[in-house]
Amino acid sequence: MKNFMEMMADPNMQWIFFGCMLLGLSSGVIGSFSYLRKQSLVGDTLAHAALPGICIAFMLTGIKSIGVFLIGAGIAGVIATFGIGYITRHSRLKQDAALGIVLSTFFGLGIVLLTFIQHGAYGNQAGLDKFLFGQAAAMVGSDVVTMSIISVSLVTICTLLFKQFKLISFDPGFAKGIGYPVAFLEQLLMLLIVVAVVVGIQAVGVVLIAALLITPAVSARYWTNRLGIMVALSGLFGALSGALGTWISSSVSNLPTGPVTVLAATAFFLLSILFGPQRGLIAKRLLRLRVKKRYMMEGELRAERMKGETAL
Amino acid sequence: MSQTAKSVFTSSEAAAPLSVSGLSVAYQKKPVLRNVSFQVKEGELIGIIGPNGAGKSTMMKAALGLIPAISGEVLVYGKPYKEQRKLIGYVPQRESVDWDFPTNALDVVLMGTYGRLGWFGRPKAKDKAHALECLEKVGMAEFADRQISQLSGGQQQRVFLARALAQNAKLYFMDEPFAGVDAATEKAIITLLQELKKQGKTVIVVHHDLATVEQYFDSVLLLNVELQAFGPTAETFTQEKLQRTYGGRLAFLDQSRGDRS
Repeated sequence: MKNFMEMMADPNMQWIFFGCMLLGLSSGVIGSFSYLRKQSLVGDTLAHAALPGICIAFMLTGIKSIGVFLIGAGIAGVIATFGIGYITRHSRLKQDAALGIVLSTFFGLGIVLLTFIQHGAYGNQAGLDKFLFGQAAAMVGSDVVTMSIISVSLVTICTLLFKQFKLISFDPGFAKGIGYPVAFLEQLLMLLIVVAVVVGIQAVGVVLIAALLITPAVSARYWTNRLGIMVALSGLFGALSGALGTWISSSVSNLPTGPVTVLAATAFFLLSILFGPQRGLIAKRLLRLRVKKRYMMEGELRAERMKGETAL
Repeated sequence: MSQTAKSVFTSSEAAAPLSVSGLSVAYQKKPVLRNVSFQVKEGELIGIIGPNGAGKSTMMKAALGLIPAISGEVLVYGKPYKEQRKLIGYVPQRESVDWDFPTNALDVVLMGTYGRLGWFGRPKAKDKAHALECLEKVGMAEFADRQISQLSGGQQQRVFLARALAQNAKLYFMDEPFAGVDAATEKAIITLLQELKKQGKTVIVVHHDLATVEQYFDSVLLLNVELQAFGPTAETFTQEKLQRTYGGRLAFLDQSRGDRS
């Protein structure tokens, strides 16, 4: 394994390293809210919906850039969100089924469009598929600058509207009662997820990006009972996963950055589920043993006292 | 709701804490609430009584603007509820939220102050002190730092009440606060209701336990999709009116109440 300093000496690796960290950070932060709103899979659906959006944006402009793709993916994401909302409101289907329908439809359409682009007369199409399915190594400085601006805005919005996002996640009815524009805030959260997805696509791809929205948030929940700390921890886990993913994949040849990043996030999850205080499996096991032991001891004492009494 | 249409209330009626006129709600095709009109007096404790599916919670939610009404008008102190949100406190059903949310009791109570904080404001020391006072009033001060999933059902209910108190409202809506709570909580709630009444506040409570209605409420509203009766408890909570509301399904009602009607 190459050491860390060696990796950071390469300016191109620096960009990729920071890009992946920022991506992990922003998807960790926004993912916390979608997890608490029990909408983890919405992120997955929006990621898949981004595929046709990006293809159409490319077909119209012929440019491969995050900014253009963001618009395409954003529009597709909004349509997908409305689709999910429409299906759940106007049919007897529950949200999971609606998500499944929308996800697969958009992804299917995206693959069709992608094939069409690859066989069509689009000069600049080389590498679009790699972009969509994640190739961190292809990131350049300007991509990372765009990613930084987007990530910082995303984290800033979540900080400023922390109170609102918290309340609509915990008790939307009450939020509506005190006059919060709940529908608007929900749409905004959805939009931020789309943004996080698009930022992450180049590094991990449309299929795996959902993992970075869900896994760090779930891991963070194991360590704290405070929302603020959970959001910060989730961002941290995401950023560390990105950093580890880049480092490991750069030290071992032929390892893809995105999937390794996702696996790093999974490693954090495993650590959390085992060692988390109170909620972790080990903590729970120990507590049960302690309670059992105390009960047994009390039982013995009781039995002895009873024996003493009958002897009298 | 017809905010643009001219108000159907005269000015004297309009000053009531809550005036509901012709309120109807339909979820699918079937109305769950049909043409309900009533007006509550300031400083009263009002119980909403009716069988399951009678539209009690629906009426409360429609009055609060949480679900759309197909017709009708709701005025709070003479103005549409949208302009009067700061005067309204709301205690939703306990089951309506996920209590495993990462937050503690004090933090939930602080949410009651959010309405006053503005868009970007954060709760300050005085808001926290106020929230703690509200927890104290429901006997929950010692649980301020407790993660909310580690509270009993009754304690969770009291946290919700404390949050409504932190709203500093004049008109309170409570959706089944007594449902599934322990005796200590029931007592804490009723003490609180009495105190709110003493402060001149108006409290509207969806209630299930017929045995305690006469003891708790000044007025009762009997509801079964349509308004069945509304008025002072002594005149309204009668065997005959209850039988009508519950569609004759109340054969088990306390016999002693029979001689009152």
